[in-house]
Amino acid sequence: MGHAHESNTKRIWLVFGLLSVVTIVEVFLGIHKPHSLYMTNLLSMNLLNWIFIILTVVKAYYIMWAFMHLEGEKSNLRWSIVGPLVFLILYLVFILLVEGNYVFDVFKTSHYKWIF
Amino acid sequence: MGATVTTTATNGKTWDGGNEPMGASYGKMMMWFFIVSDALTFSGFLAAYGFSRFKFIETWPIADEVFTHFPFLHGVEAPMYYVALMTFILIFSSVTMVLAVDAGHKLQKTKVAVYMLLTIVGGFIFLGSQAWEWKNFIQGSHGAIETKGGSILQFVNKEGERVALADFAAHLPKERIQKEKNLGVWFESGETVPTYSVEEVVEGFKANPDLLIRSEYLNKDKKKTVLTREQSLERLKEAKLVVEGANLKRNEYGHKLFANFFFFITGFHGFHVFSGVMINILIFFNVILGTYEKRRSYEMVEKVGLYWHFVDLVWVFVFTFFYLV
Repeated sequence: MGHAHESNTKRIWLVFGLLSVVTIVEVFLGIHKPHSLYMTNLLSMNLLNWIFIILTVVKAYYIMWAFMHLEGEKSNLRWSIVGPLVFLILYLVFILLVEGNYVFDVFKTSHYKWIF
Repeated sequence: MGATVTTTATNGKTWDGGNEPMGASYGKMMMWFFIVSDALTFSGFLAAYGFSRFKFIETWPIADEVFTHFPFLHGVEAPMYYVALMTFILIFSSVTMVLAVDAGHKLQKTKVAVYMLLTIVGGFIFLGSQAWEWKNFIQGSHGAIETKGGSILQFVNKEGERVALADFAAHLPKERIQKEKNLGVWFESGETVPTYSVEEVVEGFKANPDLLIRSEYLNKDKKKTVLTREQSLERLKEAKLVVEGANLKRNEYGHKLFANFFFFITGFHGFHVFSGVMINILIFFNVILGTYEKRRSYEMVEKVGLYWHFVDLVWVFVFTFFYLV
């Protein structure tokens, strides 16, 4: 409770507007799937998916910073929360996706078959 | 006030108690502990989903083709709109929650109560929407055939649009009985008998030369491969089961794991939303009873607010990885 609490109403609505706009953009892209983005490949994923993931992280940032009020917390609390999450999630995702891709390759190119 | 909100030690005696590490009260800190661990649980699930998806990248169902329903728009293909609406509902309930917290800082009891109530209503609407989404997913739309090897064969017309089993299945004079507990010697029910038997579907397919089979494989255009008529007939020889809708064992949309992950992750998230709504209701009543007014502190609202935003945050990720990517 140590922080200054002048009314944040204006900022709340601003963030809501931002989150809405990002969601609308996501849905628009998701429905239309522009060929120039969808048919590309960057690090085993198409650019459209990268855009979705980046927009999701943007949304996550605003939810955590504005709604969960991390921007008003002390920076050591803030980074004790965000640091481990970012590190562990990236680590986990990296390992599992690389492994999943490897298993796919094994099934595809060797004698095993999962589907008949 | 002392019960829930510890005051910061101002007299400089660091070890005399009442100190707040990182400037957060005990309750708030514990809520953050919980949120961080729960976030890791969810990321574990989503990463596992990603693993399975990369493992079966060539045959994974396309979400756009699975979730195409919108209330009161029967037969209209409306991919994504409904989940987008659900996302808005949840984001909006997050906004009302944060407005409640904001009003709490100013000790405006009525405002807090109103915003809490709106949040609860939003939560219920979201839960209802999710139930509706599950219902559509479980019920299915067109039906498909599963082969001996476990792959799903869907039926399409010459234009590549999916055709429902009901539109072409033959009606063979054969009696099939749904086995129920009261019919047998043993008190066991049989598996649910689908609307059409495999023979009826196969016969119907043979009688309609316009029909083709769509396999699970994605082609170069990232669409599901449609087989030729000859290939289709060949493939149909391996037909084993008629699949309608989705359950935990199989689903008509494609890979079995797709439905498993969908039910598990959205179910787990839905359970979080449900708990959130229940906690919000408790806090709402406490607000009305004036508990926090007496404490001169609405920190409890802030703490459940953190949880509620977290649930919203998880949904943002579920939305991306189940419906968009």
